[in-house]
Amino acid sequence: MIGSSRFRTYVAHAVLLVGILIVAFPIYYTFVASTHTLQTILRPPLPLLPGGEFWNNYSEALLGGVNRIGGVGVDVLLFNTLVMALGIAIGKICISILSAYAIVFFRFPLRMVFFWLIFITLMLPVEVRILPTYKVMVDLNLIDTYAGLIVPLIASATATLLFRQFFMTIPGELVEAARVDGAGPWRFFFDILLPLSRTNIAALFVILFIYGWTQYLWPLLVTNHNDMNTIVIALRKMVSFADADTQWHLVMVTAMLAIVPPILVVVGMQRWFVRGLVESEK
Amino acid sequence: MATVDMKDVKKVYAGGVEAVKGVSIAIPDKQLCVLVGPSGCGKSTLLRMIAGLEAISSGTVSIDGKVVNAISPTDRDIAMVFQNYALYPHMNVYDNMAYGLRNRGTPKAEIDSRVRSTAKVLELAHLLERRPRELSGGQRQRVAMGRAIVRNPKVFLFDEPLSNLDAKLRGQMRVEIKNLQRNLGVTSVYVTHDQLEAMTLADILVVMNAGLVEQMGAPLDIYEKPASTFVASFIGAPPMNLMALKREGGHARLAEGVTLGVEPPATAATLGFRPEDAIVGQVEGKRALVLPAVVEAVEPVGAESFLHCAATGDRVLVRVSGRATAKPGDKLSITASLDKIHWFDAAGKRV
Ligand SMILES: Nc1ncnc2c1ncn2[C@@H]1O[C@H](COP(=O)(O)OP(=O)(O)OP(=O)(O)O)[C@@H](O)[C@H]1O
Ligand SMILES: [Mg+2]
Repeated sequence: MIGSSRFRTYVAHAVLLVGILIVAFPIYYTFVASTHTLQTILRPPLPLLPGGEFWNNYSEALLGGVNRIGGVGVDVLLFNTLVMALGIAIGKICISILSAYAIVFFRFPLRMVFFWLIFITLMLPVEVRILPTYKVMVDLNLIDTYAGLIVPLIASATATLLFRQFFMTIPGELVEAARVDGAGPWRFFFDILLPLSRTNIAALFVILFIYGWTQYLWPLLVTNHNDMNTIVIALRKMVSFADADTQWHLVMVTAMLAIVPPILVVVGMQRWFVRGLVESEK
Repeated sequence: MATVDMKDVKKVYAGGVEAVKGVSIAIPDKQLCVLVGPSGCGKSTLLRMIAGLEAISSGTVSIDGKVVNAISPTDRDIAMVFQNYALYPHMNVYDNMAYGLRNRGTPKAEIDSRVRSTAKVLELAHLLERRPRELSGGQRQRVAMGRAIVRNPKVFLFDEPLSNLDAKLRGQMRVEIKNLQRNLGVTSVYVTHDQLEAMTLADILVVMNAGLVEQMGAPLDIYEKPASTFVASFIGAPPMNLMALKREGGHARLAEGVTLGVEPPATAATLGFRPEDAIVGQVEGKRALVLPAVVEAVEPVGAESFLHCAATGDRVLVRVSGRATAKPGDKLSITASLDKIHWFDAAGKRV
């Protein structure tokens, strides 16, 4: 604490409150809108307090009945998105931890060349290479598949670099002790490196899960059938050009449902972080 | 259980640094060999070559008569204790000690009995469930030792294992390591730059300097007959007094008015005597080296005191037992008997 006077405390809290308000208000307002009838939403101003249509709207969205976006239910959309987000997060972590392992702990020809190749891909995000990637996916018949959604997004230079930085802080003596103790490369990886990386993996998982969950451009391109859509794409499709045709109350419900899984991941993993930070092993 | 033989071992690092320039050492079974020398002289490099953690540039290392140059550390059947202990931070003490055995496929029951009996010897039995970060420095050191002992290897390798402990604990652990090594009868190589550790632990003492062996032998032999001025000033604390001789008309002398008491060997260029081999005052009727000196500082240690003196332009240190009566500024004579004087030639080699 820099200062502890009453005044400073008030200022600090005021700043925090304003921040929370700015971040939380749009979400709150979405929630409010999701509990009103379509008519109320279309007749501005929208009330600031939740309405009485919570059960109606949510059950309509969840249990279907309405013919929305080509007859695909929210459950399918959520499942698709979950598969994609998990696939991207887990895939990225696996690939990047293995490539970082190779680069830090093995001496092989052209090691630095490979390192720089990985590094350079930082300059090539999905948007830049989207056309060739799309062509490859078409040739491989991966349009409208989970693999098509996941695989092109799996390579991650950022995660590789993060793991590399972490691995370089592991003392050489520890590596040598493991060698003397008879741990081969795989044993060392699974018995020592992986347990020591737990906190890093947890942190990366959260970031990458949300990255995967919010993907827009790539899923839009690579899925044609409505039943392969992710929830973000579906949300976009629910909004039609004519304001009056849009089922705004259901859009708001879907938006709320789309927010829930990332929040659960953050809240669930938060415990891990804190434990990891408090233990601060190494 | 095993002998360790090094034949003309050299190490050139990738950058062209010649860290070890041809070292041959033969360590008999069950002996503890101490490598001692100043920082950067190549001790760790040599030890790591025995361990297999560093490739050998040329020469051979054999364990038990078998050349191990191309054998991986895992298969050399050695155990190493590292300076910073290198304990696995996420494993408890039990798992730290058991890990090497598990990797070698030792049966569970045997692992358990070996870990528990080793823990008992090292007084770690009540700490088996703890993680390394929940242990004191001394306890971590014991776990590192335990991890080596439990494997029952052919050779123990130690790289400055006590340098992170405080002085008292270091003394205690030194005795313990010596006892353990003797009881277990495991051939060991021990690297240190602490000459006291080196003297007390070694069966064979190897003094290294700039990648080469300066002298090798029993610690007391080296203490009594240092092969060079380097060894003379490195082994023994405080170090030997060294004084340059001047040659005038074929006669060697120190300075005006100083009796050498004897004609030094023809090639001698430096004279040396240990602080504990000199006395204050003069001895009647005996031929000896007598130096007029002025006391500059007195260091009382308790059982002994050290007098820092200026004599004929050199600084000379004398040990007197108990409390010193001399005070800074006092003039006195320093006498060293002739059989305690060491002579070295212009290249620093013993004559
Ligand atoms: N990986 C390396 N690459 C290049 N040079 C190295 C490497 N490791 C050590 N050296 C050099 O080799 C020489 C010997 O190093 P070494 O670590 O064996 O010294 P040491 O006797 O153990 O010293 P200390 O008492 O400080 O531990 C030093 O000059 C050092 O700079
Ligand atoms: Mg060293």
